[in-house]
Amino acid sequence: MSDTFLVLADGTVYPGQSFGAPVEASGEVVFTTGMVGYPESLTDPSYCGQILVFTYPLIGNYGVPPYFERDGIPTQFESGDIQVRGVVAARYCAEPSHHDSTMSLGDWMARRGIPGVEGVDTRALTQHLRHDGVLSGRIVRAASLEEARAAVVPAADLSGLLAEVSVTSPRVIRPAAGQTGPTVAVLDCGVKNNILRALLARGAGVVQVPWNMDPHACDEAIDGVLISNGPGDPQDAAPTIANVRRLLDRGTPTFGICFGNQILALAAGADTYKLKWGHRGQNQPCVDLDSGRCYITSQNHGYSVDESTLPDGWEPWFRNANDGSNEGIRHRSSPFRAVQFHPEAHPGPEDMGFLIDEFLTSLG
Amino acid sequence: MPVTSTKPRTVLLLGSGALKIGEAGEFDYSGSQAVKALKEEGIRVVLVNPNIATVQTGENFADRVYFVPVDPHFVERVIERERPDSIILSSGGQTALNCGLALAERGVLDRYDVRVLGTPIETIRDTEDRDRFVHRLDEIGVFTPRSSVAHSVDQALQVAEEIGYPVILRAGFALGGDGSGRAGNAAELATLAAIAFARLPKEEPIADRAETAGQQGGGRLIRRQVLIEEYLAGWKELEYEVVRDRADNCIVVCNMENVDPMGIHTGESIVVAPSQTLSNEEYHLLRSTAIRTIRHLGVIGECNIQFALDPKPPRDPQTGEAQVRYRVIEVNARLSRSSALASKATGYPLAWIAAKLALGHALPDLPNNVTRTTSACFEPALDYVVVKFPRWDLDKFRRVDPTLGSAMKSVGEVMAIGRSFEEALQKSARMLGFGLEGLRPTEELADAPADVDHGKSEPKGFLEPTPDRLFRLAQALWDGVAPARISAATGIDRWFVDRIANIVRFEREIADCGGSGHALAHITQNMLAEAKDLGFSDGRVAQLTGLSESEIRARRLELGILPVVKQIDTLAAEYPAATNYLYTTYQGGKAPEAAAHTREEGDDRKSVVILGSGPYRIGSSVEFDWCTVSAARALRDAGWRTIMVNHNPETVSTDYDECDALYFEELSFERVMDICDIEQPEKVVLSVGGQAANNLALRLHGAGIEVLGTSPLDIDRAEDRNKFSALLDRLGVDQPAWAELSTPEEAERFADEVGYPVLVRPSYVLSGSAMNVAYDGVHLHRFLHQASVTSDHPVVISKFIEQAREIEIDAVADDGKLVIYALSEHVENAGVHSGDATVMVPPQRLYLETVRQVKSVTKRIAAELNITGPFNIQFLARDNHVQVIECNLRASRSFPLVSKVTGHNFIELAIRSMLGEDVLAGRNGAPYQTVDLDYVAVKAPQFSFARLKGADPIVRVEMASTGEVATFGRDLYEAYLKSVLAVGMKLPRRRAPNGAAGGAEGRYAGARVFLSLGGEKNKWDFLAAARTLQGLGIEILATRLTSAFLTSNNVPNVRIYKIHEVSGESGAHAQAAHVPARPSILDLIEEGDIDLLVNITDEYVTKQFNDDYAIRRAAVDYNIPLLTNLQAARLFVQALAHYRLEDLPVLPWDEYVH
Repeated sequence: MSDTFLVLADGTVYPGQSFGAPVEASGEVVFTTGMVGYPESLTDPSYCGQILVFTYPLIGNYGVPPYFERDGIPTQFESGDIQVRGVVAARYCAEPSHHDSTMSLGDWMARRGIPGVEGVDTRALTQHLRHDGVLSGRIVRAASLEEARAAVVPAADLSGLLAEVSVTSPRVIRPAAGQTGPTVAVLDCGVKNNILRALLARGAGVVQVPWNMDPHACDEAIDGVLISNGPGDPQDAAPTIANVRRLLDRGTPTFGICFGNQILALAAGADTYKLKWGHRGQNQPCVDLDSGRCYITSQNHGYSVDESTLPDGWEPWFRNANDGSNEGIRHRSSPFRAVQFHPEAHPGPEDMGFLIDEFLTSLG
Repeated sequence: MPVTSTKPRTVLLLGSGALKIGEAGEFDYSGSQAVKALKEEGIRVVLVNPNIATVQTGENFADRVYFVPVDPHFVERVIERERPDSIILSSGGQTALNCGLALAERGVLDRYDVRVLGTPIETIRDTEDRDRFVHRLDEIGVFTPRSSVAHSVDQALQVAEEIGYPVILRAGFALGGDGSGRAGNAAELATLAAIAFARLPKEEPIADRAETAGQQGGGRLIRRQVLIEEYLAGWKELEYEVVRDRADNCIVVCNMENVDPMGIHTGESIVVAPSQTLSNEEYHLLRSTAIRTIRHLGVIGECNIQFALDPKPPRDPQTGEAQVRYRVIEVNARLSRSSALASKATGYPLAWIAAKLALGHALPDLPNNVTRTTSACFEPALDYVVVKFPRWDLDKFRRVDPTLGSAMKSVGEVMAIGRSFEEALQKSARMLGFGLEGLRPTEELADAPADVDHGKSEPKGFLEPTPDRLFRLAQALWDGVAPARISAATGIDRWFVDRIANIVRFEREIADCGGSGHALAHITQNMLAEAKDLGFSDGRVAQLTGLSESEIRARRLELGILPVVKQIDTLAAEYPAATNYLYTTYQGGKAPEAAAHTREEGDDRKSVVILGSGPYRIGSSVEFDWCTVSAARALRDAGWRTIMVNHNPETVSTDYDECDALYFEELSFERVMDICDIEQPEKVVLSVGGQAANNLALRLHGAGIEVLGTSPLDIDRAEDRNKFSALLDRLGVDQPAWAELSTPEEAERFADEVGYPVLVRPSYVLSGSAMNVAYDGVHLHRFLHQASVTSDHPVVISKFIEQAREIEIDAVADDGKLVIYALSEHVENAGVHSGDATVMVPPQRLYLETVRQVKSVTKRIAAELNITGPFNIQFLARDNHVQVIECNLRASRSFPLVSKVTGHNFIELAIRSMLGEDVLAGRNGAPYQTVDLDYVAVKAPQFSFARLKGADPIVRVEMASTGEVATFGRDLYEAYLKSVLAVGMKLPRRRAPNGAAGGAEGRYAGARVFLSLGGEKNKWDFLAAARTLQGLGIEILATRLTSAFLTSNNVPNVRIYKIHEVSGESGAHAQAAHVPARPSILDLIEEGDIDLLVNITDEYVTKQFNDDYAIRRAAVDYNIPLLTNLQAARLFVQALAHYRLEDLPVLPWDEYVH
């Protein structure tokens, strides 16, 4: 019956059936509560090194969209490949139905060598992760529960991923329709394509800069910097933090998203910490501490900024309405600000797009 | 934006009145939540709702309850008395919304300085007036269907030419798509438009009023208009439930996808939540559009927005990329059936939140009541699939058109929760209460797959959208039709068809397992586990394998395949939830949410499982929800841990704050046993959920479950017709002669023996209505022919007693001793189903001797059956002779009525009795006084014939009403008049005399009533009433025989022609030419020139049936008051003579009942 198992570092085994590539994989096991957007999530570089559990039980319903490019960027995917190490679902749909489906999710994963396990009680698994915190895990192929239990689960190593997900040399992208806005350096820590699309769609020019490069060191003149999302522990990104500190010293207008919020905080001298189970989903309420307005945001992060360590001159900007954790910081007088959520969405709600408008407007 | 406002002191809350198609129990849920939300803040609540069966009108809830019609006249009187500072219009459906708009138009709200809480009136107008709506959405570039408004039939035709056929016609201000429909050509459109205009609220009543007339320059009238729009058949239909507060925080609580595409009303569609076939791009395009729209319109509170989405959008010719296309169909700026569903589907308490937002609270300031730790400003994440399945009762109606379309016909719905679509869908099919075990009809199971010649002669049964389309579709899959063909032919997304095919595939696998013989050993662990994953019931596996349900259950337990309990927690387990909102499924091993976890630490209360009533349907409706909720509250008060089982999303009993644990689950033997295994309750209550729950008594008893109250063995003695009959004989209690017969010949012989008329109740019917009265042999022969009478499906024939009064007793007994009882009497003679009857409490016309006999028989039956708990007996009385026609050892439909009229909660007393309390102890054994009251209440039925195209609007032995109201009065006439006004009856309109009726005087001078009285007896019986009408100045119109009769009795009248009559009294020439005689009654109806139509048929004469039917149907289609029962018609005329509208006092409940 079961041919594939999710084995957690604490020895728990969740039996299931294989879909996608018939291989094994290990990584940090995390869950997302989003109900749509698996092609976007699976290609989100922030998930690099992780095994992703979908709490919504039916995955694969609408298949995999076709590949189109605009301005040299894929229109439907968040990066050039599947980024997760493996997928865990309650029920995988092998017969998708959608006008835009080119193949099934399983076929896509098989082609990219990514294993999946379905038939898992993902609710029980989620409760487990919530209770004990995220754990390392391994998708194991075995003939029996006993055999699976014997599998060794390596500790998930999320360091060194930035080099894997970032560009290696600067890349300049101009909107095909003509640039009408500022030029933004995107400090690429594993940037989601939709951040680039969001900038280009607003008429901005983009210089995609490697994670460990000083944005001012590239040949292009830039008006501001956007620090992207990315995988792993922000404290491991020493070169990025150092470069951002230089940006702050120079007074370069800087906007951070997700990982970028953490990098900005660290560069400013604040601290970050790992959340027990993170925020991954499309329904996270964040309160703008100025106006008291509450927004529904798209999120994918495992680390958070410790607000109490923010140095003078900095203040929290947004806060999570559910658990009170930090969702954004900003400098009181200088043009440095960042949000922990994803204003570019994809997947998830598009309500925060105005922050990108505001950032570009501030660059003049 | 300022979020401050003065907190209201007194809020007027408008309910939705009687349950009707398109407006049902969901508004008891939303109103009850609103009352709770207001009371929590110490606000005084005045509630207007004549629906006496609702929970919201219960005792100790709203501060004041008015059982009066929700219409501008009565509500204005309430405002005058109560002087509320605020009013809430959004929790009482379209009825409350329309009433609120009318009050605003008339200047009443301004005059009394009543503030509308929540969504402003202007926003409501924007959403209700199609022209304004389209314009407002256009302002922000949101797409609506190409459409145009028409103010006349001619204009409608003109607009349709421009858009191109087919088009859809929508009537504004209509609930549930009333009067809407698809027109393929000009002729179809002309008919639809004529009917739609006839149904729209008239402008005159508003213009009539001086205060409005004075403001006509600036003020607006509700315009009579319809919308003609582009027909989007086959597009996906989606709904988003949106919440917005005064600070502009805006969230989408739930999205839902209709399985049936555009063209079928969303109330008629199988609906799944969340959407299953939308990509991120589509989901969020619609979500963003919803939020943009709602912000622009300025809704405050809750609303629903419906979308059409192109399933095959055009592609960019250059890049080949799909260009997603949508249309916004409508916005309902109020709580709706969909919001009730969304509430139950997500656990997000939309109605409570909406009321809080109306008070001015901001979303982030409110807690998520499910987790109790997180914010209410969030969007629920589901980790399960929800399927809503509508419940239709079309077979209760004669001549109804069974095709589903853009107008709603369903009377209720069920909601099922599962971890797969297959599981939820199969659960929902079983929940409907038709005895289905799966998707394919049981009688088809034995058949081998049909020989399908692929591509040539495929079964086409699934094409027509009818209530059983899904089941026929499943059958077609079984018969080998390809899913692709089904999807193409029906517009149902392939994804859904594939899921159904998956169920059918596994049916075959089960049926094939082990080949012939199906030894239990062939039922393997893997097979049963997969069956359960796909939502198969033990009963279905049994049917497919030829084994018994108990064998399958035993085998399943042996293999350790047990259901697990999961929580609805709004956040997909991301945060721990404190709730008790549960469902069962099979995915996963040991669930950490097993029963013990819904019980708080240190809670050592005994548990009781309460079975609810399932979907609202004709005959079992909101009154059982009141019973269920009353029982749960009484049990909780008595210190029990209450566990509710129900699956109707339109109920209060499925609010998780009404019980300690809520299982949103099937009411089947299998599931109730599962829940008992998990929860280990001390007792199970099945006497408050109607017949469905009661039917489980014997099986549960057999399985060792302790039933609270009357023993299941005694219940069986009342339920089993033979046992009960023998019991009555032994007690010397009379009953109409009856026999159960298994051949038509025996049946006819028995009918001859006892004499006609006879009541015919077949146990299996091929088509048409089940129960009928046969007045002669020909009649009987026809009914028996329609039914299939065999020894497996016998027919019950009983003597039908004519000219008899019908009396009901609702009572509670304790150990066979009567604790409390209430008597009620029907206005109509026996022959009208008690659910359709107009009922007087206490009785107004009974002989004391009859009452004495009824009480005596009741006491004897209670003692004989050792009744402990609620029960109901129905009697016939004629010439002081009483006969028993029915006895139910459970709460009946009329329990809330008699409880609220007498001021004693019968259910609470029943529960206390069942728990062993001597409820009369505190009263020194003195019984409750329930007959000698200083007031009278009248219950009136609400019919929904207008929704059911073609249905014959006549009352008979089979119940047809969808709801009821009850109102109070000092005398019968006052209570009756208010009651019928509350179910849509209109008083005759006084008109300036015209030429024909020149000089008429009287209260209703110039009004016109049409009389058609079949048979001699009916004519004589109505003569006095006709004279009364004449005295009121009402002009009488009548057809040939009635006219001649009235003329010969000196009642002036105008002769009108029936449809089949041709011109010329005796003109053979004219008849030959087939020139219809004018004016015909249909002409008058279409012109709206009649105030009331009285059509009494003579049951013995069936010849005129077609003509009478056409007249009745036209009256309903053109919204003209219709009376078809002699006793009711006479009472109405008497009441007209006694009271004018202005004379009717408007008093709160507590001024009648102390």
